[in-house]
Amino acid sequence: MAEAFIYDHVRTPRGRGRADGALHEVPPIDLASQVLAALRDRNGLDTRAVDDVVFGCVTPVGDQGSCIGRIAALNAGFDDQVSGYQLNRFCASGLEAVNSAAAQIMAGQSDVAIGGGVESMSRVPMASDGGAWYGDPEVARRTYFVPQGIGADLIATLDGYSREDVDRYALESQKRTAAAVADGRFTRSLVAVRDSIGGILLERDEAPRPQTTLADLGALKPAFQQAGEEAGYASVALLRYPSVESIRYVHSAGNSSGIVDGSAAVLLGNKSAGKRLGLKPRARIRAFASIGSEPAIMLTGPALATRKVLKRARMSLGDIDLFEVNEAFAAVVMRFMRDTGVSHERVNVNGGSIALGHPLGATGAMILGTVLDELERRGLATALVTLCVGGGMGTATIIERV
Amino acid sequence: MYTTLSVLIDESGIATVSIDLPGRPMNVFTPELTAELGAAVAELKADDRVKGIVITSGKPSSFVAGADIKDLVTAFDRGVTLADAYQLSQSLSSVLRRLETCGKPVAAAITGVALGGGLELALACHHRVLADHPKAVVGLPEVKIGLLPGAGGTQRLARLLGIATAAKFITDGNNAAPAEALKLGLVHELAAPAAVIDRAREWARGSAAEASAPWDRKGFRMPGGSSLTSPSVAQTFAIGTALVTRASSRNYPAPGEILSALYEGASLPFDTALKVESKHFARLLTGPVARNLMRTLFVHKGELDKLSRRPPDVAPSRFTHVGVLGAGMMGAGIAYVAALAGVRVTLIDATRAQAERGKAYSEKLLARDVERSRRTAEDAARVLALIQPTEDYAPLADCELVIEAVFEDRDVKAEVTRRALAVLPKGSTFASNTSTLPITGLAKNSPRPGQFIGLHFFSPVERMPLVEIILGKSTTPATLAVALDFVGLLRKTPIVVNDSRGFFTSRVFGSYCHEGQAMLAEGVDPALIENAGKQAGMPVGPLAVSDEVSLELQYKAARQAEADLGKAFEPPVSWPVLRHFVEDLKRLGRKSGGGFYDYPANIGKGPGAEAKRLWPSLASEYPRAAEQPSVEEVKQRLLYIQALESARCFEEGVVTTAAEADIGSILGIGFPAWTGGTLSFIDTIGVARFVADCALLARRHGKRFRVPKGLKARAAQGMPFHAVPARDSAA
Repeated sequence: MAEAFIYDHVRTPRGRGRADGALHEVPPIDLASQVLAALRDRNGLDTRAVDDVVFGCVTPVGDQGSCIGRIAALNAGFDDQVSGYQLNRFCASGLEAVNSAAAQIMAGQSDVAIGGGVESMSRVPMASDGGAWYGDPEVARRTYFVPQGIGADLIATLDGYSREDVDRYALESQKRTAAAVADGRFTRSLVAVRDSIGGILLERDEAPRPQTTLADLGALKPAFQQAGEEAGYASVALLRYPSVESIRYVHSAGNSSGIVDGSAAVLLGNKSAGKRLGLKPRARIRAFASIGSEPAIMLTGPALATRKVLKRARMSLGDIDLFEVNEAFAAVVMRFMRDTGVSHERVNVNGGSIALGHPLGATGAMILGTVLDELERRGLATALVTLCVGGGMGTATIIERV
Repeated sequence: MYTTLSVLIDESGIATVSIDLPGRPMNVFTPELTAELGAAVAELKADDRVKGIVITSGKPSSFVAGADIKDLVTAFDRGVTLADAYQLSQSLSSVLRRLETCGKPVAAAITGVALGGGLELALACHHRVLADHPKAVVGLPEVKIGLLPGAGGTQRLARLLGIATAAKFITDGNNAAPAEALKLGLVHELAAPAAVIDRAREWARGSAAEASAPWDRKGFRMPGGSSLTSPSVAQTFAIGTALVTRASSRNYPAPGEILSALYEGASLPFDTALKVESKHFARLLTGPVARNLMRTLFVHKGELDKLSRRPPDVAPSRFTHVGVLGAGMMGAGIAYVAALAGVRVTLIDATRAQAERGKAYSEKLLARDVERSRRTAEDAARVLALIQPTEDYAPLADCELVIEAVFEDRDVKAEVTRRALAVLPKGSTFASNTSTLPITGLAKNSPRPGQFIGLHFFSPVERMPLVEIILGKSTTPATLAVALDFVGLLRKTPIVVNDSRGFFTSRVFGSYCHEGQAMLAEGVDPALIENAGKQAGMPVGPLAVSDEVSLELQYKAARQAEADLGKAFEPPVSWPVLRHFVEDLKRLGRKSGGGFYDYPANIGKGPGAEAKRLWPSLASEYPRAAEQPSVEEVKQRLLYIQALESARCFEEGVVTTAAEADIGSILGIGFPAWTGGTLSFIDTIGVARFVADCALLARRHGKRFRVPKGLKARAAQGMPFHAVPARDSAA
């Protein structure tokens, strides 16, 4: 089997996903095209060598519809012969795109492929694509659909995390992110987003709140209490978790991932293609895996996906130097650490989506790049990237520096 | 010639179709009416003289009040197939569609109640005029009998009002009075009752251009949109599904099928959408829940409401003056409902002040009615004036009936009974509102035990629809007639049971509480016990409801039984828990500050409010067992134990008809309606399977799950509690 190497990766800064966010004026196709162009330009890539562009996007309608992988490649000026497609594995789409690109290479069916993702949450709001999962009453019944925040609060309830526990986690995420920003750890991969007259719209991540305090976080309202109690979702959750007396609503906007805009892309290829193109491999994809689990709690997949991918790679938790677990909600990472026993010292060392935001379709590719940069900075070898995924799934990838 | 309707064509070419079922007080959709309406539509469509059509009713008070439940209630037992049920729905649905598309303007002159199929008929007309009269309500109440509007109701309402409004209206199933119907857009105009038909004719005469439904016109768009990628539409269905779950724990399939019919139909051409609706209707009609709801809550409840248990040869009773002894919660409530029914009430308690406090209860409820414009101030004053609070027994001298509602203590009861009987006239009836003490024993306080009876009201009296009438050993048929007449006057539903400790409802209710407490002692997670109770469809979990009635009361009732029965006393399975809470822990229930739950001071709703919480020390008092049952097992125990206790009551002759056991369990103690009641539940499970399940439960949890002999015999003979109609031959 061929090996899939990571040759480079770039990402946009994450802009606040609101009408006054710095990236709101940028159509998602431009976010995607700009990272593709940056990947090409900084590697002097002859795009004719690229077999496929795989892009994750979770809400592929409107601005983000029509197979954004292919259209972004064309829009970025890639050669006409470069194919592309869009995929959706909810919040792990960006990572799944990298895995799929790697899979083509490992299977010997592509030599060079790009995996990435894009989401302009300010322009295409979450859930604007509809879907049978929650829209079709019979399907919603059968799958015990509840909004993800209810799943996160359910994890907190079952594990006994208090509001202060999750806020402390969030505060730590902000601190780690602030330290990483101050130390310039993200700059290597960041590409500034420009407008149509070449002006820079955003150079650095817009969402972090380095000044935030535990008191600030504690003052925020629970975000999902209304959905749980007034919209009736708690009753649905309790059908599946009948030993829960009542759900403890601890998650707020402050200890959940932020809504942001952004895009990322990872350049992958086999060994000989890299040589031919004059590129130096930075890491190899050791293994990847996805799992499904109970869909109502929805967000406990990372530990299960981790177990599966480690087995596939014939590795153990001790073989992994750094873990990147998407901070969709504080309780997700806390549950991961509880389930695996991995200490916070090795998890999300530069913070995560609570501080930086979670541009759904792009995040997986972004955090893979972030942890690769950090492995290099620390001189470490292996990292495991994982995300919780809607519908009870989880996706994980192990990378290893070469 | 038609038998269910008449057609009259006037000189201006307006045909008036007047529905008038012979021999019925109200119009309902029968197969005959459906067929004749179809024939009339074809005739009027073909008749060139006819320029417009008015659909109305020949009955003074109803347009059409719905479908004939008698045709629907037997469907499940007759083995009606999905295909048959689909055809049944399509038979009316297609007639209404032909009316709607006949090419001539059609107006509905809704002269009275239009419910279910009646409103669906009106919705298929192009214009609706509703009588502006408080009794002329319109609605789609099918959900309440476990069905959905299967003649276009879901599809037309969604296109008329938008999906969100339609979903709420149909899943709630509540009626709308004329003003609300107009505001919602269910009808186009209101008219004085006498002018409704003329208004409809006038519209039909001048509206040749409007001879189609909006959804059949080019460029029609559903209000609020129908696109399933519209977040608001998707949210309507997502949240709708969650709200339906909260309301019913998914024990009732109809609300979900209604949402599905709306979801699938929204994006379809109208004729296809009607077919989809019929398919969802078919799924409901062929299930047991619709049968259970129709049979128990309409057929059987209707019979009991008509006082089917009344001895026929006793003259009707008159009530001009009733005495109520004890002005506590129950007495005050009984006084209130009696006064509402127009009866003068003397409300007696130990002191005048106590009696007045009882009257204040009525004052509070009446004031609230006035505040909410449900009653005029004069009317409230008139009702209130009927209640005379006093400590004096002398005014009872001309009472037809006295109801004793004092504390559950034999000596107190004996004392007030003696004082009342001292002044009561000879022919009067004495009733006790006891919920636990055998009536035959209490009747010993009276020299006229034949005129002594139990009238067990439920709390809060003004809201609870059931009265359990208990016959003592010597109670005469004439006394029963008086009691039933009184319950009928209050517009409550009576069941008649024979004397026994706890009678029927309290025995069954007790079994629920005791089983929940027994599980706690076994180490079952208390939250699981409570959630299982609620998810099975009980209004509250067994531990919470035990707190409400008070653990002390349950303990005392058991102690009383022990004292009365001596060696024959069999302690309830919850005995150790009850004793521990009352004797050792002094946690007596909600009123005394806490029992199985803690009750924070700021309980309830509003900012900063807290909810009651399971007492944290339950975990140390009853350590959680390592192995926990599934929620299905816990639900099964909680429902089966009540059904089994009902079957025992039936065998002991405490309750004498399955219908009364069913109604008593649903209306009295909140046994889930989807089951049709405790004995209907056994039928629904299947008697043989129920008995086999109980054998397993008995092996696992003790002999209280052993089935009585008669039930075993039923299982062997395949004889359900409710006789079933013959199955339809060859489907």
